[in-house]
Amino acid sequence: MRTFAKMAAVVMVGALALTGCGKTSSEKDNNASGSSSVDVCKGSKGEPKVGVAYDVGGRGDQSFNDSAYRGLEKAVKDLGASCIEAKATTSDNDSIREQRLQTLADQGFNPVIAVGFLYSPAAAKVAKANPNTNFAVIDGYSTTIATDAKNLSDLVFAENEGSYLVGVAAALTSKSKHVGFIGGTHGDLIKKFEAGYVAGVKSIDPKIKIDIQYLTEDPSDAATGFENPAGGKQAATAMYQGGADVVYHAAGKSGLGLFEAAVAAGEGKWAIGVDSDQYLTAAKDQQPHILTSMLKRIDTAVFEFVTAFKEGKVQSGFVNYDLKVDGVGYSTSGGFVDPIKAQIDAAADKIKSGEVKVPEKP
Amino acid sequence: MSRWMRLGLPVAAVVLALVFSGVVATLVLLFTGDDVVGFWRVLFTWPSERDLVDIINMTAILYLSGAAAAIGFRMNLFNIGVEGQYRLAGLFAGAFAAQGLLPGKLNVAAAILVAMAVGALWAGIAGVLRVWRGVSEVISTIMLNAIAGSLIGFLLVKWGESTGNARNTKMMPEDSWTGFFRLFPDVSDGAYHLSLLAPLVGIAFFILVYYTRFGFDLRAAGASESAAVSSGVSVKKMIVVSMLLSGAVAGLIGVPMMFSEAHQYGSAFQTGLGFTGIAVALLGRNHPMGIAFGALIFAFLGQQANLLNILAGVSPDIVNMTQGIIVLSVVIAFEVIRRLATRIEQRQVATQLDAERQGDTALKGASA
Repeated sequence: MRTFAKMAAVVMVGALALTGCGKTSSEKDNNASGSSSVDVCKGSKGEPKVGVAYDVGGRGDQSFNDSAYRGLEKAVKDLGASCIEAKATTSDNDSIREQRLQTLADQGFNPVIAVGFLYSPAAAKVAKANPNTNFAVIDGYSTTIATDAKNLSDLVFAENEGSYLVGVAAALTSKSKHVGFIGGTHGDLIKKFEAGYVAGVKSIDPKIKIDIQYLTEDPSDAATGFENPAGGKQAATAMYQGGADVVYHAAGKSGLGLFEAAVAAGEGKWAIGVDSDQYLTAAKDQQPHILTSMLKRIDTAVFEFVTAFKEGKVQSGFVNYDLKVDGVGYSTSGGFVDPIKAQIDAAADKIKSGEVKVPEKP
Repeated sequence: MSRWMRLGLPVAAVVLALVFSGVVATLVLLFTGDDVVGFWRVLFTWPSERDLVDIINMTAILYLSGAAAAIGFRMNLFNIGVEGQYRLAGLFAGAFAAQGLLPGKLNVAAAILVAMAVGALWAGIAGVLRVWRGVSEVISTIMLNAIAGSLIGFLLVKWGESTGNARNTKMMPEDSWTGFFRLFPDVSDGAYHLSLLAPLVGIAFFILVYYTRFGFDLRAAGASESAAVSSGVSVKKMIVVSMLLSGAVAGLIGVPMMFSEAHQYGSAFQTGLGFTGIAVALLGRNHPMGIAFGALIFAFLGQQANLLNILAGVSPDIVNMTQGIIVLSVVIAFEVIRRLATRIEQRQVATQLDAERQGDTALKGASA
């Protein structure tokens, strides 16, 4: 009997590991059909042929990956490009990422855009092997590895500057003088969001209390960090119950749980979205709680990269998307930030002029 | 039972299970409206040389993971913690190698020992808890996985370095890098040097289980604890030792790739291999040869997942699912075959006995 029970436990764990949490994938599909019901890549013909390799979470996260997808969508519509998309899994290694990028290049896709910094080592290697294909890595550092590659670009963002602005919005909106931040994995990238947000809040009122929680301390556990709406909801619920009334997330798809928690917490509790304008994709009952979203214009970066490629003007190396070039910003959908817009824009002007330097590390 | 049957039945079981999995996968693809023809065309296309290299490397890595799980399974110990063990071992091995305390390849050898020691210790915790407090190793190893993840995060933040947005240990000195066995002239990479650890572990595992006193005790205790106790085997000792061995092998999983490719522990370090190893061990029936076969199938399917995704538009989830179905079908097929074999054997014995009895009566009749 004991053996049987153990056997059952093993089979369950094995099944969970093998399916990589089947629940999230079905949710993913639902969301994908909800946010962008038409798949622009299906049946698209034309030049350039753009290959996109997504990060964990994939299209349908309504956040990071979807922002890249919107850029792709625009490239197909405005430039007549065609495209193909490739999915990532949480158990990828560098060889598998290399194979993914290489296969896209082999299939004649050029340029190839990799979404997420994890692709950096793979892109550096594949770019060297395929000098006639252009590669770009969102958030990447690939050009620090392949320093002489002319066909390789890292599209990087000033997440701290955008987060500063929503931090200002949070501080001006909070009545309880208590706000929160939920991060995905506790890595350098997400800490940049935290640092900017905290600086923004403190710039309005240094006495405001800020709860900070990361969904996992394990840097490799993207599943718990970024594909975990239940965990996001739990963390947010605790913050709201503890008295916070504005919570900002940088946790990809896990952030969807934050919106649910805000609805459950009721009137006067706000959530701030990330990467995409999440007001637009949120459910009707969630919309009244979404104060604003920190926009990370991956869509702009993708679109501009494809445009530059078409015109033969690709810039290799790091391409910076900061506040000055509208690479980051905040959304106004829903109109909740309209009364404080002047103050947020004033803060933005100070960053643009260099008067305020937003820290990158907490 | 004839020798032919003993060899033929398992092979038949595996073939049957694979065919069955193929049918189920096809049905699922039809149901989801995916490209079935594309799926099979991609799957049956002989892999490119580059992909073959990757498949070989992955087979070696999954073999180590499967062997680690199988050592525990042999003792009826479900070491779910291979995942945490190899990740923690990888971190320490990477950090140790980066110090460059020893020259060149000696440093690599020492780092491998560090990896095995860390893996063994982390697994040993679960072993000791089991014999000392009776804590089920399933629970404790799952907990230890979670703890390992957070511990790794903590250590990397405290002592690691940043490369762009990634966090990792220091790069190890160049004379400690291991290279590749070039298999094809056109492919710059080859099999990792340290993938040789897989066949070494396989041979050691085989000798240990089938040709040593310890292996006999292990199989005896795994088959029947009470019988083992009454024949003088210390089950407590067996539990701790097999946990330590399982963990030591687990520690090796991340080593081949780290020393040949990344040369540091960091975000490039592959996770999830420990769980895949459980499936590989199940698929291989905990047998040193069977695990090799299981590892090859999983490595092949894993490698095809990308191609299926890009060339046929099939989601990697479908490939994961197919892997799961294969494991289930193999387990079921073996159970069916085992019962079948038992029945055949019983019938044979029965006919033999009948024949003898008839012979006896005939003899008696003749004498009467």
